Amino acid sequence: MTPSRLALAHISKSFPGVKANEDISLSVRPGEIHALLGENGAGKSTLVKIIYGVQQADEGAIQWDGSPVAIPSPKAARKLGIGMVFQHFSLFDAMSVIENIALGLDEAVDRDVLKARVAAILDSYSLPLDPERAVHTLSVGERQRIEIVRCLLQKPKLLIMDEPTSVLTPQEVERLFLTLRQIAMGGCAILYISHKLHEIKALCEAATILRGGKVVATCDPKVESTKRMAELMIGAELRQIERKPGGEAGAARLSVKALSLDGEPPFGTDLEAVTFEARAGEILGIAGVAGNGQSELLTALSGERLAGSANAIALDGRPIGREGAGPRRALGLACVPEERNGHAAVPDFSLADNAVLTARHRLPLAPLGVISRGDVARFATAVIQRFDVRTTGPAALARSLSGGNLQKFIMGREIGQTPSVLVVCQPTWGVDAGAAAAIRQELVDLAAKGSAVVVISQDLDELLELADRLCVINEGRLSAARDVATLGIDEIGLMMGGVHGADAPHGADAHA
Amino acid sequence: MLYASPLIAVGLTMLIGTFVFTAMGYDGLHAVRDIFLTPFLEPQRWPDLGVKAAPLVMIALGLAIGFRANVWNIGAEGQYVMGAIAGTGVALATHGLTGWWILPAMALAGVIGGMAWAAIPAFLRVKLQVSEILTSLMLTYVAVQALYYLVRGPWKDPDGFNFPQTKMFSAAQTLPAMAEGSLVHLGIPVALVIALVAWLVMEKTTAGYAVKVVGLAPAAARHGGFSADKVTWASLLAGGGLAGLAGLFEAAGPFGQLTPQFPTGYGFTAIIVAFLGRLNPLGIVFGGVVLAGTYVGGEIAQTTVRLPQAATGMFQALLLFVLLATDVLVRYRIGWKARAA
Repeated sequence: MTPSRLALAHISKSFPGVKANEDISLSVRPGEIHALLGENGAGKSTLVKIIYGVQQADEGAIQWDGSPVAIPSPKAARKLGIGMVFQHFSLFDAMSVIENIALGLDEAVDRDVLKARVAAILDSYSLPLDPERAVHTLSVGERQRIEIVRCLLQKPKLLIMDEPTSVLTPQEVERLFLTLRQIAMGGCAILYISHKLHEIKALCEAATILRGGKVVATCDPKVESTKRMAELMIGAELRQIERKPGGEAGAARLSVKALSLDGEPPFGTDLEAVTFEARAGEILGIAGVAGNGQSELLTALSGERLAGSANAIALDGRPIGREGAGPRRALGLACVPEERNGHAAVPDFSLADNAVLTARHRLPLAPLGVISRGDVARFATAVIQRFDVRTTGPAALARSLSGGNLQKFIMGREIGQTPSVLVVCQPTWGVDAGAAAAIRQELVDLAAKGSAVVVISQDLDELLELADRLCVINEGRLSAARDVATLGIDEIGLMMGGVHGADAPHGADAHA
Repeated sequence: MLYASPLIAVGLTMLIGTFVFTAMGYDGLHAVRDIFLTPFLEPQRWPDLGVKAAPLVMIALGLAIGFRANVWNIGAEGQYVMGAIAGTGVALATHGLTGWWILPAMALAGVIGGMAWAAIPAFLRVKLQVSEILTSLMLTYVAVQALYYLVRGPWKDPDGFNFPQTKMFSAAQTLPAMAEGSLVHLGIPVALVIALVAWLVMEKTTAGYAVKVVGLAPAAARHGGFSADKVTWASLLAGGGLAGLAGLFEAAGPFGQLTPQFPTGYGFTAIIVAFLGRLNPLGIVFGGVVLAGTYVGGEIAQTTVRLPQAATGMFQALLLFVLLATDVLVRYRIGWKARAA
């Protein structure tokens, strides 16, 4: 039997106040695609950083092809044959693909030689990528391919992929999987980090599940059930969202007609004739890859930026396109932006003061402009209790809360005002699975009470779970809404894929 | 700890000042005692302390509102001078008249004059995104030149033996003393009342909340329905109005006329007062008294230790410097780490 490509034995790593990794052992064979599965904060990143030489383990040993090694730096890791594709790419937008690849190499390589080697790699893995294109014209999937080519140039023996699919469309995910399988077939081991279970089932032969810095299970994902793996990952029974079947959607509460708005410079996306309706009792999902106009749509709806005409946005039939954020809230339109710190909440304010920020229009928190401390504290306390926000109380500073807890507070602040329409962007971004389920349940319950809920998200699984109808935003244009029950995931992917990429269904030259 | 840093700063300033002036050959310990302690220990100095603290507090209250909102009005000196000019204009126009209404009319003109001068940077910032730091500072020098022109030209007292000064204000145009023959004028209780009102507004109202949100998190302010432009306008007008009122009180109080010596730098010193008071209206009263002490004490030290007049300014600057340094050190820890390989 050949020795493992990489074997970790009893790795431990502590940071002040937290044990990030505790007694972790795992091994990956050549040619194996091994999943590293766990929630945010389970210790995946720390473990990977140790393997890639960014950090050093406090205890434990690393074996490489059967012999013990030390990996003091990423350069040493690359020398051994470890390549890594990070979740966030390090690319220069203004430079071409080949220039970016040249910059990422440890030693200088003659340009023509490099070109030939890149062409050979693109050819043998049939990767569609033009080496002369400037990076800013590429889709996220294409950018990821640059990073993969960078790694492949080093002829890696172990490839680490960190959450590679978080920003890809389903078609791009399929293409990535083909590439990864081919890479593995050549004998390279792959460590695949993710929390998306269906991907792991489709791709990986073995999985190591981490929770709280420890290995809780090793399993074969092709055999183990998705539900069981999720429970192992979360450490609790998964809560199913309860929804009443057959809820009839009522009259339109929010209607947006031909809303166009210039993107905010320098990198904003223009909204082009966005039209949709959200009806009483329904959840409308808006899918799309990041940066296609989601944040512009949210600020246009919240009133932070005004529409060109009053009729572009109507709330319960009343034109509000020219109303500011305050009047819109007073009328019952609540919005939660994606960015929590500094947009949805003020980090240096207490939770009570943060309650005043958006709840003062609908609740009598500041009659005649004088803030009523008692009422504010009571409201904040009620939100904290109802949404199980882990904090010391309403006087705690928002910055002292974890991202998930602050998100629960923000969602609670808006839902607690029972708005007639609630628009949320990435409601469960960075929130642990338990809290995410609780937030989704609250959204479902709010809709059941007759409000209209609009969820803008990049997470398709979340949208498919929550939404009654779904539309897709792409390059600032919104598709028509479709019933989720009749919609296949391929169709959504095609809608999301949009103008960029080889799978573009329409108008690939629209934005050169 | 953040509230302790002003006290630490005052202590460190005294310590450093002792060393510096000893090294320069003065009796450093005596100098520091006279500047920081004597004005507070000798009751006969207290009225003077109040007279100097009142304008400092008034100006700093307005500035602090702006600083909270990230609006950096550093041209309060100009607004102070403009307020005095506008109020003096009313005084000259009503010369020889009597009536209770004259002084309020002058005060109103002072407020409007200061506001008008601050409205220029507000307009430029809101409409054209011009930094108010530059415009407000530059307008200070314009205001001072305007004052020089007026006292040497159209407003020169015809009976003033060609001295560059205006007519003395009449009794109806002068701030009443709080007691017969006392230096203490009406401006001192007014400053205290304004401090209390400013505190209530900043702590208890949505207006004060708006100022704080706009300063701390502009995007959140917009999300919450607060207008940064309105806050910029309001805080510059508040700063200008209070500086203008302080200028008029100074003209109608201690000076009793306008002279080229009128701009004494209170508008700049008030910046130190605002920071020493943690931008908190009640803290500013404390800060104003401390800085007033350096003026009064500086004068004492000129006679007792023969310190130059510039020593007062040096102590004020040192205080601001040390205060900013303590703030940084209270918030951050200095670390030495090896360069990553």
